[in-house]
Amino acid sequence: MEHWVDACAVNDIEEEDTIRFDHAGQSFAIYRLEDDRYFATGGFCTHENVHLADGLVMGRIIECPKHNGRFDIPTGQAKGAPACINLRTFGVKVEEGRVFINLG
Amino acid sequence: MQTTPDPGIVIIGAGEAGTRAALTLREKHYAGPITLLGAESHLPYERPPLSKTVQTAPEPPAPTLIGGAGTLAAQNISYRAGNTATRIDRASQEVHLRDGTALRYSRLLLATGARPRTLPLPGAEQNGVLYLRSFGDAMALRNRLAPGLRLAVIGGGFIGLEMAASALERGCDVTVVEMAPRILGRAVPAQIAALVAAEHRAAGITIIEGIGLTAIEQRPNGCAVILADGRELEADAIIAGIGAIPETALAEAAGLPVENGIRVDGRLATEDPLIFAAGDCCSFPHPVFSGRRLRLEAWRNAQDQGRHAAGSLLGETAAFATVPWFWSDQHGSTLQISGLPDEGNQTVTRDIDGMPFLFHLRDGCLVGASAFGPIGKVARDIRLAEMLIESGASPDPAALANPSVKLKTFLQPRAAVA
Repeated sequence: MEHWVDACAVNDIEEEDTIRFDHAGQSFAIYRLEDDRYFATGGFCTHENVHLADGLVMGRIIECPKHNGRFDIPTGQAKGAPACINLRTFGVKVEEGRVFINLG
Repeated sequence: MQTTPDPGIVIIGAGEAGTRAALTLREKHYAGPITLLGAESHLPYERPPLSKTVQTAPEPPAPTLIGGAGTLAAQNISYRAGNTATRIDRASQEVHLRDGTALRYSRLLLATGARPRTLPLPGAEQNGVLYLRSFGDAMALRNRLAPGLRLAVIGGGFIGLEMAASALERGCDVTVVEMAPRILGRAVPAQIAALVAAEHRAAGITIIEGIGLTAIEQRPNGCAVILADGRELEADAIIAGIGAIPETALAEAAGLPVENGIRVDGRLATEDPLIFAAGDCCSFPHPVFSGRRLRLEAWRNAQDQGRHAAGSLLGETAAFATVPWFWSDQHGSTLQISGLPDEGNQTVTRDIDGMPFLFHLRDGCLVGASAFGPIGKVARDIRLAEMLIESGASPDPAALANPSVKLKTFLQPRAAVA
């Protein structure tokens, strides 16, 4: 099932960066990579309750701002201690300058 | 060809460093026996929550296990709880245990950690001064905290201040006494320490700086901390966070050099090529800071050194060169430091919407960065500064001071990220 939600404008996120998006009691991190691809994951680090939108995007890796747990943005895969549980990922599409994420 | 079976790797100490080393050995495909010796009865757990969420969680918490429950068994790591090592026999490559048995090792890692320095004052022991190191200590403290409790915190370092913030959240009436002229010591720049002190005071914590203590005395309802100027600070409970002493006794008894910690080289090897040390217990030379010998008491360092030691145990030759990084949470703000601010001889301030972000330079070379504020304004730039310090960068001070210049632009060439 598809359920697309308008998250932000494409230019709300700087290149190689991330912002927080909250919707219906859930929190997400929306990413823009250097090549202008957009991705979305669950907002909180799977290691501790810290928001990933406060973290650093390097290439396709997001690093948790507190403990440097690392995740691969496109797949959500945990890449480094102390993070060992993968992030949930969500489909993303860009239409008319807006970024939509699929919560279906 | 006949080969002697590998007796395996023994790790003494199941804190962050020792446990990370064990897990990393398996990540690196070491297939021999690994024995992890823990002094406590719990499975290996993370210490950072002890002064924070363990104190403030509504329900009594369980330890946060390193790597999650079941990890050690799944990785075929033999964990022995509550069975401490009593002696290392280097000639026979054996560790003797309290239960009278001995373990042979092919390589040995000492990750023995540190213990709290006790308060050297008359009356401290009799009046039940509390300390924080283990989960048990943390639960004992948690069980004392209650609304209206008068808590005296001796020592304005990371642990003392975090405990103060947590106790305040639990409704206690908190006073911090720091004997030095200011809280947080020389590891934290004075400007940042002043911001931290201001936040604590604004939250309702009393901080007394620059005054000595002479005794702890019993009172009809509680006790009193006697200050050097004769003032008395009445308290129902006292916690001391006045530093830690590295656990070096086993190494010393085995004849290994100790110099404010078990002395290791850049690979984290002791003088005995089969024995290594990592974490709070070891003193090591740091190549980024001209080989300055450091001993760090920090979660991240323990984790990084544990991982590095695993490589060295397996014969890797790289030197440990990770730039130090500390963080501390207080009242919802975060203090983060990368590098060694006290190595600097010039400070450049970047104003990020009113929050000072400090860069510390030594002869133009970036050696540290520090800030205190909301994690979203602090963490990324501290992390980028860490990468710049590691690369030996000498960024233009005017550009560092300019908040519109992104730190990422200084990273040339871009750091490779796996």
